[in-house]
Amino acid sequence: MQPKMNEDKKSWMLIFCCWIIASFSTLGSLFFSEVMEFPPCVLCWYQRIAMYPLVFLFLVGSFQTAKSTFAFTLPLALIGWIIALYHNLLHYEIVPETASPCLEGVSCSTVYIDWFGFITIPILSFISFSLLLGILLILKRNDFYEK
Amino acid sequence: MKNKKILLTITGFALIGLFAFASKYYKDYESDRLGFLSQKDSTIFVREYSPQFGDENAKVFLIEFLDPECESCRQFYPQIKNLLKEFKGKVKLVVRYAPFHRNSKFAIKALEASRKQNKYWEALELLFKYQPNWGNHHNPQPNLIFEYLPEIGINIEKLKSDMNDPEIDKRILQEVSDLKQLNVRRTPTFFVNGKPLERFGIEYLKKAIQEEIKNSYQ
Repeated sequence: MQPKMNEDKKSWMLIFCCWIIASFSTLGSLFFSEVMEFPPCVLCWYQRIAMYPLVFLFLVGSFQTAKSTFAFTLPLALIGWIIALYHNLLHYEIVPETASPCLEGVSCSTVYIDWFGFITIPILSFISFSLLLGILLILKRNDFYEK
Repeated sequence: MKNKKILLTITGFALIGLFAFASKYYKDYESDRLGFLSQKDSTIFVREYSPQFGDENAKVFLIEFLDPECESCRQFYPQIKNLLKEFKGKVKLVVRYAPFHRNSKFAIKALEASRKQNKYWEALELLFKYQPNWGNHHNPQPNLIFEYLPEIGINIEKLKSDMNDPEIDKRILQEVSDLKQLNVRRTPTFFVNGKPLERFGIEYLKKAIQEEIKNSYQ
């Protein structure tokens, strides 16, 4: 019984970490658009669509089993990660902009922030989604050993 | 279970608090950095395209509505230069146009086209210098401008084609609409950080600048 409790606790801590990352990313993106007034581009919106619900999914998930939390958060985290990856490829001009859906409005390759020469908004998003995916995979493994 | 809820609640509030603090900090930082420009109505005084002279970080904006063909603007010009020298680093000049004379628009187009050759301020000074010749009200000869401008190394062929840029027409329309809204009826008209002068005159202008320096650099 004792080891199971420890594993449970570990799973909970992992979900809690995911929740903090999702909340931090959500508030961070709101900071860029609402406070610093950078207009979000199309790809940013798609990533937001994936990230914002995760805040509430992880919050509710922290009262559910690790298994079900993993099941209903993985799709959003994965889709967000793929869009973030694509956005970065675009940003670093590995994929040409003409092949992207951002023809009107704000260009997806406009650089708004550039901290230390490499930290841009798409990179921040990519880091967040990667962390979430990574932790979810650890959670999955953890959950697997539980049984 | 209870611990979890407490932890989630505390973290949630901490994150929201952090957001609120960062927003406040950023807003204060921006309004301090931009000074006058952070005011909501500042764009009517300083358009994005307006030529600016002086330190980029200067907090006092001396906005002058001028007409290259106006004699009074010509007389003021050296005095404005002196003021800018005297308050160097703290005041910057923003040039707005008030095309009140017959050939003003033509001269403004030449100025804006000179800007594309990075000779704006030199061109403005030159136009003022020779104004009695090209801008004589009884016998205006605006085409003389093209003979004077090469003096400062301007390529006249390029200038002539740049003068046809529709962007310049758009800017002039914007200038006219702004000056109507601001009730500018004579040139030069000065605003210091958006405030009109108490009375017209270089000494009042100087007083207004000193006042705004005091307010902006306390």
